[in-house]
Amino acid sequence: MDNLLSIVTFMPALAALILAIFLRGEDEAAQRNAKWVAMATTGLTFLASLFILFEFDPNDTGFQFVEEGTWIMGLTYKMGVDGISVLFVMLTTFMMPLVIAASWSVTDRVKEYMIAFLLLETLMLGVFMALDLVLFYLFFEAGLIPMFLIIGIWGGANRIYASFKFFLYTFLGSVLMLVAMVGMFADAGTTDIEQLLNHQFGSETFSLLGIQVVGGMQTLLFLAFFASFAVKMPMWPVHTWLPDAHVQAPTAGSVVLAAILLKLGGYGFIRFSIGMFPVGSDVMAPLVLWMSAIAIVYTSLVALVQEDMKKLIAYSSVAHMGFVTMGIFAANQQGLDGAIFQMLSHGFISGALFLCVGVIYDRMHTREIDAYGGLVNKMPAYALIFMLFTMANVGLPGTSGFVGEFLTLMAVFQVNTWVAAVATTGVIFSAAYALWLYRRVVMGDLIKESLKSITDMSRRERAIFAPLVVMTILLGVYPALILDIIGPSVAALVTQYDTALVAAEAATQMAAN
Amino acid sequence: MSADLTIILPEILLSGFAILALIGAVYTSKDDLASPLVWSTAAVFLALAAWIGFTGQGSNVAFSGMFIDDGFSRFAKVTILISAAAVLLMSEGYMSARGLLRFEYPVLVALAVVGMMMMVSAGDLMALYMGLELQSLSLYVVASLRRDSVKSTEAGLKYFVLGALSSGLLLYGASLVYGYAGTTLFSGIVQVAQEGVSLGLLFGLVFLMAGFAFKVSAVPFHMWTPDVYEGSPTPVTAFFATAPKVAAMALFARVMHDAFGGAVADWQQIMALLSVLSMFLGAFAAIGQTNIKRLMAFSSIAHMGYALMGLAAGTVLGVQAMLVYMAIYVTMNVGTFAFILMMEKDGQPVTEISSLNSYAKKEPGKALAMLVLMFSLAGVPPMLGFFGKFYVLRAAYEGGLAWLAIAGVIASVIGAYYYLRIVFFMYFGDAGEDRLNGGKSPILWVMLMGSAAVMVLGIVNMFGVEGAAAAAAATLVN
Repeated sequence: MDNLLSIVTFMPALAALILAIFLRGEDEAAQRNAKWVAMATTGLTFLASLFILFEFDPNDTGFQFVEEGTWIMGLTYKMGVDGISVLFVMLTTFMMPLVIAASWSVTDRVKEYMIAFLLLETLMLGVFMALDLVLFYLFFEAGLIPMFLIIGIWGGANRIYASFKFFLYTFLGSVLMLVAMVGMFADAGTTDIEQLLNHQFGSETFSLLGIQVVGGMQTLLFLAFFASFAVKMPMWPVHTWLPDAHVQAPTAGSVVLAAILLKLGGYGFIRFSIGMFPVGSDVMAPLVLWMSAIAIVYTSLVALVQEDMKKLIAYSSVAHMGFVTMGIFAANQQGLDGAIFQMLSHGFISGALFLCVGVIYDRMHTREIDAYGGLVNKMPAYALIFMLFTMANVGLPGTSGFVGEFLTLMAVFQVNTWVAAVATTGVIFSAAYALWLYRRVVMGDLIKESLKSITDMSRRERAIFAPLVVMTILLGVYPALILDIIGPSVAALVTQYDTALVAAEAATQMAAN
Repeated sequence: MSADLTIILPEILLSGFAILALIGAVYTSKDDLASPLVWSTAAVFLALAAWIGFTGQGSNVAFSGMFIDDGFSRFAKVTILISAAAVLLMSEGYMSARGLLRFEYPVLVALAVVGMMMMVSAGDLMALYMGLELQSLSLYVVASLRRDSVKSTEAGLKYFVLGALSSGLLLYGASLVYGYAGTTLFSGIVQVAQEGVSLGLLFGLVFLMAGFAFKVSAVPFHMWTPDVYEGSPTPVTAFFATAPKVAAMALFARVMHDAFGGAVADWQQIMALLSVLSMFLGAFAAIGQTNIKRLMAFSSIAHMGYALMGLAAGTVLGVQAMLVYMAIYVTMNVGTFAFILMMEKDGQPVTEISSLNSYAKKEPGKALAMLVLMFSLAGVPPMLGFFGKFYVLRAAYEGGLAWLAIAGVIASVIGAYYYLRIVFFMYFGDAGEDRLNGGKSPILWVMLMGSAAVMVLGIVNMFGVEGAAAAAAATLVN
């Protein structure tokens, strides 16, 4: 099993290729075959990825399962996972079978649909495993193509606008990162992430176009990467593509977007910004912390007034991602632990919430909150599941949502009390919009004529939610499951970060004397 | 003397073939011979490409430096010959179906290719001009091949008038360079330029660059491109977009490095400006286009901007990046034009982009290939087009032109919009009436699929083009 990571990564792509070549026709049998092939592949990928998890040694803070090969242009094909990335890999492989299962009711161009999702899985896994800058960029950017098609082909009424906005917005963010990568390649002479993590990029202040750049090259590189990851995350004020994309995307697309794609930004921040540009991160951290705090409060308030359920959850995602960036740039053990935990937990919770919307959207074909009310009378099981995830979204202790929020708040409190104070109000707002949404949709009397015949969740739907329920509660009750795996790697990263800062400080002192 | 002839044997053979074909066709059955001539010309191209590619070795100079046969010229020649052969193969079915296939077509293309081979091997301003004019004159005629079409005639005339102007500029520049350097040989000029570029020489250099910029259709000398692309018969447009661009770009690199290699600082800024203007104009102007051929014209302007970015770096890596970029660019364009040639309704060619509406439902395979090509043209990974861009960005950055690299990526985002628009029509459009039908051609299909496959599979090792380009660039820049 020397190339376990490659097998896991490319298995879905291989299945997509097989579907593309061998599956013909648009009849029911062909559609069913496409669905089952996708289901089996994502399931197998998950099983294969379990090997990674079981064989993974949390106390080894280096990269494990490393594969290396030569590639064009002096680049390397290098894959590997460490404590920071391994759980994102697991999140991806875990969510994909659920996503495919949630797409069972798709009838339009099923083959292409499944191919798009399978390719997307390969690309997302590749992002988390890539240990070469350009390889990372390749997976990171290529993911835009299937997502663009998923929103554009199977999306809602305003899908064209949303798909173009999604693509161009994220593309613009990423190309600046590409230039920065070219710069790093020129500076360090390698694109190997493992080596780059140990490379000190210049941090001497210099003047550019008359502006004093504190932190020098590191700050510039940081800003270029920030442009990409902040859009992907998304952070206020560049979050506006997300609500559009979410609203127009089909349910499965929204789930992938919320559960996995948003995590690419957070992962990138930890791996690149914190790992490679400590001085630049330190210089920019106050700004990022305040942007996060604003994001939490502002988007929570915006979520309050939404009339579209998906839009509301999308804004709530932006707010929750605010906790993540806050935790990351607090740059201490709790902060990074909390950020990673929050991302994983948000993957389950927001994915589940979008699935909850999908359940009633499939029945009523509207996402207007006003069109619903009193669903508890007809759909008790649905009401229960929806409530669980609403509470998890609010961050109720006992659910995984609590752990991440608490850790990040605690971390940021040590660094910047005011930011922590502002961000904590976000917790209250999130309770407000989430509970209000729940009240308007589920509680009350069932008076709407159109809802009288609505049916409760089918067995397939319940089966989809079961693993998510288990994970949400399990991680809420026993967070050590995750923290034990990520802990050592995060500790090593924090040590490295602090050492680099001290060294840079000493260098500045020397220069000043 | 005989050694000289051995070195230019490929050019002699090709010229001989063209002349024999011309005489043969004139004295016998004329246009009935056109089809076999197309096939045999393509075969000759491929044979020459294989010969040059596999047997060429070292750097040889013929006719006391007038003609250079080195790794760089061989790389360019192989690219030119293969792309010209591909375009000829694609043209045959389209042209004969529309009664456009005259025997002059393959002959003129062969002569143009001789001109291009001459251009990339030129070691002297006279040889350069000879090659350039042989190429241009053939192309002027080919552009107006459809004699009874106003647009085609207009395209030919426009191309001719503006081309003549640019040749004039170039000649003027050449005469200034000769006057101030005292020689027309590149190897002589480079020695003079190394000691400092005098004002007269600088003027000559600028005029030369203006002439070349016209040939590669770089802004602000691009005005002819959209009209000529639109007016010419589509196979001819495909030809314009591929081989001549490679030849002109290679010539550009040759003159800048062989003749003015010691004065990089004097031309770097001009080159960077040409590059940035081309990228942005190409990106912005293509947005409003409704005709796919005009769109491809602006797309090629933008792509020339990226290739020029490599040249602007003024380094070995820059030339290498330019060569790789051009090889990838040509491959993408062959595929894209194969697709455009298949766009027809009731036997009539269609060039409206909106006619692609819901194309993916009817022709999933072809639409997918076109999708790959569009994303590749836009420079989105994992397609090979991305690596071309990455190459030139790297060259520009390491050449100290970080601002140009940043401008380039921003232009690429703007440019992505119009490539996405084609995907949008094919995939997101609502099903309506059949806007396109027919267009079943095995050759075109193979070209389209082949080029799309190259874009995806090429990322594994670029089929060795990278190493060849590196060797080629090393022989040019020293």
